[in-house]
Amino acid sequence: MEALDGNAIGGLLQDVFGVEMTAATGVCAHCGATGPVAEMVVYVRAPGTVVRCRTCASVLMVFVDVRATVCVDLRGLARLDAVSAPQRA
Amino acid sequence: MRTIVFEIPGWPGHRAGQHVDVRLTAEDGYRAERAYSIASAPGEPVAITVERLDDGEVSPYLTDEVRAGDELELRGPIGGYFVWGAEDGGPLLLVAGGSGVVPLRAILRERRRAGSDVEARLLYSSRSLEDVIYRDELDEPADGVQVVHTLTRTQPAGWTGPARRVDAELLAEVAWPVEKDPLAFVCGPTSFVETVAGGLVELGYEPTRVKTERFGATGGR
Repeated sequence: MEALDGNAIGGLLQDVFGVEMTAATGVCAHCGATGPVAEMVVYVRAPGTVVRCRTCASVLMVFVDVRATVCVDLRGLARLDAVSAPQRA
Repeated sequence: MRTIVFEIPGWPGHRAGQHVDVRLTAEDGYRAERAYSIASAPGEPVAITVERLDDGEVSPYLTDEVRAGDELELRGPIGGYFVWGAEDGGPLLLVAGGSGVVPLRAILRERRRAGSDVEARLLYSSRSLEDVIYRDELDEPADGVQVVHTLTRTQPAGWTGPARRVDAELLAEVAWPVEKDPLAFVCGPTSFVETVAGGLVELGYEPTRVKTERFGATGGR
């Protein structure tokens, strides 16, 4: 299936984290590559969403929607730095 | 292709380049959700432009069924990366593949609305002239905006513009020189975005100033 990017899951991330996350910076726990969530490789296939590193293809995040519960696995990330400044309207 | 304008009570406002998720729920509870880029500038009513995909779950409903006065479930505005405001400056290089032009159109409208005078170029790849979205609007660009169309499949008689997929050579012709420290926004199908973004970095563009948004054949944007 075709890969999208982190822009495509902005809504999902907003639901999970409560803030805008596509501009957040993630660090791959495997290779150390650093970049915005928007540039991560995303495979969307209900009920699961898999996010991979653009540099080494390691799994960074997994979101699975099971009976109204979103299960979030972030083990592939060493860090995730969200912008804490309030979003402009 | 259809542009739908929404009236959204309590809309907090959006930034050029953001999108909304449209959610449809069937009578049996089955839900389908797709992301659509906002086609309008901040301050204008929220509009999306939907390309009909024959096997789509959401787009045929939006292009064929929705009538004025219907209500839809929307989530948004979404996105804080693929966005542009006048304070971000330029010069702007906008590169669109097919309906990837939608958020870039919002950026051009915002440029005009904000009275920005940053130079902007749009390189827009379509299959044919009939497939060009916002054709009338793009035929009359604002001062300081250049629009270059490339038509990849069929060209009208007498067409003198580029007639091939965007490649390194075409990018080198159209893109601002690196010395101007341009800011690029690339939106289109995944393979298109990979080609263009890679080509711009080859030209010497700073990777962090090449913002990308990919969409798949599953609809949206």
